[in-house]
Amino acid sequence: MSADLLVSVLKRAVARGATAADGFLIEEKHFSGMVRLGQVDTVSHADDRRLSLRVFVGQASAAASTSDLSRDSLEHVVDEATALARITAPDQFAGLPDPGALIEGLPDLDLSDPGGHDLSPEEKLALAQRAEAAALAEHAEITNSEGAEFFDRQARYAYATSHGFAREYATSSFGITASPVASRNGDMQRDSWYSTARKRARLEDPETIGRTAARRAVRRLGGRKVKTTEVPVVFDPENAASLLRALAGAASGPSLYRRASFLLDRLGTRVAAPSVTLIDDGTLPGALGSRPFDGEGLATRRTALVQDGVLQSYLLDTYSARKLGMTSTHHAVRDGSGVSVSTTNLMLQPGTASPRELIASVKNGFYVTELIGFGVNGVTGDYSRGAAGLWIENGELAYPVEEVTVAGNLLAMFAAVEGIGNDLVLRDRTVSPTLLIGRMVVAGN
Amino acid sequence: MTDSALVRPEHFFSDRFNVTPSLMETVLGGALKGRVDDADIYLEYRINEELVLEEGSVKKASRHVSQGAGVRAQAGTRTGYAHTDDISLKNLEEAARQARAIADRATATTALATQGAGRPHDLYTLEEPPILTDLARKLELLRKVDAAARAADPRIKQVIASVASEEVVTLIATVTGWTVGDVRPLTRLNVTTIAEENGKREIGTYGGGGRVPFDFFLADERWKRFATESARQATLKLTAVDAPAGTMTVVLGPGWPGILLHEAIGHGLEGDFNRKGVSAFAGRIGQQVASELVTVVDDGTIPNRRGSLNVDDEGTPTGRTVLIENGVLRGYLQDKLNSRLMGMAPTGNGRRESYAHPPLPRMTNTFMLAGQDDPADVLKSVKHGLYAVAFGGGQVDITSGKFVFSASEAYLIEDGRIGAPVKGATLIGNGPDALTRVSMVGGDLKLDEGIGTCGKDGQSVPVGVGLPTIRIDAMTVGGTAV
Repeated sequence: MSADLLVSVLKRAVARGATAADGFLIEEKHFSGMVRLGQVDTVSHADDRRLSLRVFVGQASAAASTSDLSRDSLEHVVDEATALARITAPDQFAGLPDPGALIEGLPDLDLSDPGGHDLSPEEKLALAQRAEAAALAEHAEITNSEGAEFFDRQARYAYATSHGFAREYATSSFGITASPVASRNGDMQRDSWYSTARKRARLEDPETIGRTAARRAVRRLGGRKVKTTEVPVVFDPENAASLLRALAGAASGPSLYRRASFLLDRLGTRVAAPSVTLIDDGTLPGALGSRPFDGEGLATRRTALVQDGVLQSYLLDTYSARKLGMTSTHHAVRDGSGVSVSTTNLMLQPGTASPRELIASVKNGFYVTELIGFGVNGVTGDYSRGAAGLWIENGELAYPVEEVTVAGNLLAMFAAVEGIGNDLVLRDRTVSPTLLIGRMVVAGN
Repeated sequence: MTDSALVRPEHFFSDRFNVTPSLMETVLGGALKGRVDDADIYLEYRINEELVLEEGSVKKASRHVSQGAGVRAQAGTRTGYAHTDDISLKNLEEAARQARAIADRATATTALATQGAGRPHDLYTLEEPPILTDLARKLELLRKVDAAARAADPRIKQVIASVASEEVVTLIATVTGWTVGDVRPLTRLNVTTIAEENGKREIGTYGGGGRVPFDFFLADERWKRFATESARQATLKLTAVDAPAGTMTVVLGPGWPGILLHEAIGHGLEGDFNRKGVSAFAGRIGQQVASELVTVVDDGTIPNRRGSLNVDDEGTPTGRTVLIENGVLRGYLQDKLNSRLMGMAPTGNGRRESYAHPPLPRMTNTFMLAGQDDPADVLKSVKHGLYAVAFGGGQVDITSGKFVFSASEAYLIEDGRIGAPVKGATLIGNGPDALTRVSMVGGDLKLDEGIGTCGKDGQSVPVGVGLPTIRIDAMTVGGTAV
């Protein structure tokens, strides 16, 4: 039904003078229930739809979207998009993907869990309550809470082109988060832990989430600043994943054709230590980042971005690929202003050492468990972010550290990878094992 | 949509959706009155338009329409929120039922919220809202920006310039019978440049705007200044040396570096975090949290500013709230829920990204008042330190108080003089004591150009900041030069 609506909209665009058009329709239902200190805090229900349209008039194009799916409004949006496309400049690289390249069947990636949503709001809130209760009970120093949340989301995605292609698929997602607050002698620290999955049954149990969050908060108590120094830095899996996201950003087509990327002209060259293999795989059944096709109807696939330290592929949609003289890698996503690119399931391949062994290999260094701020320059790779974590002394986690920064350059950092943990868990869209980087500057006193 | 329809939100929603204030009252009264502490309906209609120039021509244009209604019911500390993007009586009633379900399970504890007090301001009525300005004029401006940025320096190899315009029409009805509407124009011109020399590349970005007409960009050739500033930043960074690492004296330039205040204290003074006792500032009203030179206000009533509002998203007129007065913590930023629970007055800071989100206490325009020092003397007073004049984003951990903000244009200070430009670096500090080390405050208070967007709980809202030149005696700079 979603696809039918899209097809009728695209027909109108052609009738108004568009030479080609494509559209994406997202419909979703969302529930979120938050509890705090055992009491229900905020419950919200949402019911959203958004239709995004891209219209080509010859080689010129424009995008439009609306949350109002009434007939009048849709007609208006089509007319406006077509009018906008008449004022933009022609672009020889603009256009839909070759129809022959579009996905043929529709693989069942097992992304939906219709039965998983069949809980009453009370039962959903009870899951959040269990997570928070476990956090509060875990340690005497857990004295407060920012709350715990359960959410679930059912979505339906449809894509169609004016050439007659139309496909749709449905997804589910579920999540539980707990954010307890620990305190000791006036020092207060918050941390959180979460689980998210396409199947409700695959969520970590609420007690594990609560206890993990509590332990993360308590271990930050009593943090101190260290003296400014250059040392090995170990990133825990959550924070190592943020380094992968930064690398993927620099590998994205729009950054490259704008020459705003430190990975420009580096395809086929060494960009990381030989131990680094970075895979993007949108075809994994039941995974959070999986999708059968991208935002332009191209089948998702498994891509090695970096293989044994060598940059093997960029992340491209049809437009950026044509600009770069390449072909799409099927990473298009629809966003507010048209098409951009994103990863699917992005994973740094694990090594053999346990996290404990990686830490034990460091005589004097920093184990990072929290990063804040936006100090990553995608053009140069220069990297400087606020950090908190634990200091490593003689291979042991010795004491908590806060109010410091870690700085370097992403290319130098990936070249200096000296250890990759064996602790990869596909618990989110971008995941990493524990990562040891040989040298970074830690700024403090 | 025609411009005349924009003038009166009450008419706009009744004409378009047959939803009148009296109908909203009926929904609120029938479903919610007497069973909750507070309830409201928020209607919103929004148009966004963006034109993007890259490689010398505008190849990207987009237009987005969104509309919807959010219904909220509150009892005690509980909030029920439901929204729909199909504005109709049936859906409003269903949303009210969902919102009430949560509030029903609590006992309403206190008296009904007070009726919205005071009249809304009139801060940004425009003869021609930017969304209605001819596309041809916007295209022309972007082409001129492109030429100006390229002409500024031959090393500029890429220019990405955009004009974004927005118009939001809202109508808010509360359970106490208060109905208020607002029409909010917003526009922004942004210029990103990439400079290249000898295989090195750097990025510059500059821009501005506000709740202003399109002609704002033409006045005093503002567009040209944005273009040349962006180009200057990008080319300057080609010669930047590694930023220092460690704790040193930092001088912040006027204007946008006021993001320091937003991160260091602003978020920590939002009512929700303080009611819950999870802010590093909780329970510290009346205490010295900054040097005596420091007075910080949040002011949502400055005409035409990006962070200003006639009324907040709960219908409360915005105000000017003194957060820190001569170093002493004076007040919090409040929405209705948290002010009711804390026994304080709402300050007009209840804001939401859209109808799809419940309101939260948020900042508007946050700035430090001017001091007595000559900015030149502030620089001269520093033997060795960092002078930072432009920043990217920032972030704060409310509970520990640790905050960061990232300099995108900064220089070494040597013997009181501005020295070599340094690469971008993150500055880190602790909110409750960072401002105690402010030892000089210039007389040159400047508000930013109108580019700020603040994120909290996944909700983005436009904000402003401002600062005079200040000296901070010790702050940790996260560079790589040890």
